Amino acid sequence: MGDSTRGFSLRKFKLKDHSLGMAFVVLLIIATIMGWPNFLKVRNLTNILRQISYTGIIGLGMTLVIISGGIDLSVGSMTAFVGGISIFFLNLFGVHSPLGIVLTILFALVLGMACGFVNGILVAKFKMAPFIVTLGTMSIFRSLIQYFSNAGTILSVNNSYGKLGSGVFFGLPIPVWCFLGVGILLHIVLNNTSFGRYLCATGSNEQVARYSAINVAIIKLLPYVITGFTVGVTALMWSSRLNCINPSDCTSYEMDAIAAAVIGGTLMSGGKGSIIGTMMGAIMIGVINNMLVMGGISAFLQQAVKGLVIIVAVLMQYNNNK
Amino acid sequence: MDTSQLSQDILNLVGISKEFSSVRVLDTITFGIRPGEIMGLIGENGAGKSTLIKIICGIYQQSSGQVILEGKAVDIPDYITAKHLGIGIVPQEFNLINSLTVYENIFLGSEIHKGLFLDKRRMREIASEQLAQLKMPLDVNRLVSELSVAEKQMVEISKAMILEARILIFDEPTTTLTGHEVEILFSLMRKLKAKGVTMIFVSHKLHEVTTICDRVTILRDGKLIGVDEIADVDEEALARKMVGRDFSQVFPPKITRSSGEEMLSVQDLSITGLLHHITFNLRKGEILGFAGLVGAGRTETMEALMGLRKIDSGKVFIGGKQVRIKHPKDAVKNNLGYISEDRQGKGVVQIFDIPKNISLISLRNKYVNKGFIDKNQEAIAARKYVKDFNIVASSLNMELKYFSGGNQQKVYLARWMDTGPQILILDEPTRGIDINAKSEIYEFVHTLAASGIGCILVSSELEEIIGLCTRVYVLREGQIADCLEGQDITEENIMFNATGIKEGI
Repeated sequence: MGDSTRGFSLRKFKLKDHSLGMAFVVLLIIATIMGWPNFLKVRNLTNILRQISYTGIIGLGMTLVIISGGIDLSVGSMTAFVGGISIFFLNLFGVHSPLGIVLTILFALVLGMACGFVNGILVAKFKMAPFIVTLGTMSIFRSLIQYFSNAGTILSVNNSYGKLGSGVFFGLPIPVWCFLGVGILLHIVLNNTSFGRYLCATGSNEQVARYSAINVAIIKLLPYVITGFTVGVTALMWSSRLNCINPSDCTSYEMDAIAAAVIGGTLMSGGKGSIIGTMMGAIMIGVINNMLVMGGISAFLQQAVKGLVIIVAVLMQYNNNK
Repeated sequence: MDTSQLSQDILNLVGISKEFSSVRVLDTITFGIRPGEIMGLIGENGAGKSTLIKIICGIYQQSSGQVILEGKAVDIPDYITAKHLGIGIVPQEFNLINSLTVYENIFLGSEIHKGLFLDKRRMREIASEQLAQLKMPLDVNRLVSELSVAEKQMVEISKAMILEARILIFDEPTTTLTGHEVEILFSLMRKLKAKGVTMIFVSHKLHEVTTICDRVTILRDGKLIGVDEIADVDEEALARKMVGRDFSQVFPPKITRSSGEEMLSVQDLSITGLLHHITFNLRKGEILGFAGLVGAGRTETMEALMGLRKIDSGKVFIGGKQVRIKHPKDAVKNNLGYISEDRQGKGVVQIFDIPKNISLISLRNKYVNKGFIDKNQEAIAARKYVKDFNIVASSLNMELKYFSGGNQQKVYLARWMDTGPQILILDEPTRGIDINAKSEIYEFVHTLAASGIGCILVSSELEEIIGLCTRVYVLREGQIADCLEGQDITEENIMFNATGIKEGI
């Protein structure tokens, strides 16, 4: 037990994600046997990472929500809402405004957190079921952005906004950097701060937390605000990548975000989870989808495979916990 | 075993063993139960009592051995089969659905149908009939959520009896009952016995076993130590067999020195419908008892004091200064500590390891450095508590759910001790833990009091209150009935104040 945990070692997730690591090995072997020369090419791999980063970033926040014992179904609509409103905000600054971009980044993050705050306050303060609350706000966000956009595309007029989402930095696309950055940040928050500890305690048994002088309401509120923040990041990445937002964008992001968390070993019943696991889970979904494409399997079947992977992941959780 | 004995006994266990992932928890247990007798089953926590009765009820399957019912080897794959074989169980933790009525609970899982629909009238009739037969004064249409603990137990008994159970197992039935309620249960058991029902009574309270049982089976570490006629043994002999060695005194010597100055004073604490003008004080270094029936308002008083319940009126003074406690945080700041009676539900985090459980309250004050948790410090502190409190753990990083009740309780105590409390409230601190751990906890409370910490002990076990406390407040229906001191702390006085009825005179 002398293993000190000074610094932010990644030791914790090793054992738990053993099965996930094995799954990756299996996938690589399949790719080799099938003889897909393109699979291991850097370009393909960066592409996979880019594809999964949008929902992956949200999955990181979602992990905390699930650990708290909740769920957030509104993230997809919220992304479209925050992205759309942020472009309206950006367009106030004219065509060549670097200041506009900086302020828009802040605006999107704050707006995302505000949206998350609404979810969180209803769950934590008014003690409503998270499923119901976020089912409601899911419709509300979607409806609002459709109203504000008149159901049409919201275009950015800024010339350089697009560089944010399509830019590449040290060989990796910026959204991937965001995915890694937010991931490491939340990993540390979850494992090395008192908030992370209280979060697990509250998710595992709210009464114990209350009887241990923990302010349960705040602990239950914060994960939604953090998820709102991750939604803000994704909204920026997605809207700047296309330089526009369609009010029907980002539909069913919540499914991918939840799937990443669950495949990564986060318990749906709360109390336990891993950010690194969620990152691996998100990458796993991307890799499988990519291989299905390479294998020439119908795109319509991709969702079925994803569904299968989720079920198998939960089944393994169940057996481990028996 | 010869065949004549097999045919005599209603139930025989022959060479029953059970292994959980290669750990042997029951080792070739063989004994028989005679028809119509009450067989005691005693042993410390972890001795294998629950595992054994779960095998009889079909909840677990034995690894080897045979269950023989009335001379015939039977296979009991699940509880439903057990029920149809005439075996019923009254579980330790009630398995009732609060939102359903008494008769609906009694028939849960064995409802009577009339065509496609439930035959509610018939179920009501049968349930009332059965309750009347056992002279249980209970309306079958009442909601279970409105019932007292003793009444809920009656429902459990009826539920177990509904399929004409011939063998009825009581799994530590008295844990949540007060003395008076235990009497009700025992008279009920005697009535069942008169009807010819065979019973197994699981307990670790020896005086109850000697009171109600005909014979007693003793288990220790998964092995059968012996089967004795109650007439042939006394409590001391049973205790020796159960623990496997002599243990001298369970209670430390009583504190006789006079207590110090007043640390805590509570005045006119009221919660509408629950507590009425609760007024008491606590002096430095004393062990103050709170006795009363379940539901008398003891736990509610403590929870109100800790900021876990909203109070309607009342004042709290600590060290002479009035304090406002609206959240448990305020209580911690004022150096109050509270060990809840519900260790599983409100105490330990089952999926946390020892260090995380111990540091849960003191985390921000003691283990967070520049925003980050110093896990090294946490582990060092945890190791110290493990040693000081004699917590048996093969690894610090094992999740609490794998620990025995006694060890969980010690971890829970350590959590509060780590906050440096001046006043520590212990609510049923020895519920469901074995006699060794109990004795250690008594010793611990004694040491705390000697070091000047004010201890409040809430307990339904009168021997505990009598054995430890210097003063005792007795609560009845949300009010303080009396405060007993010194020689006046007797079972009679406490029960009189708790019930308002003079018993046994």
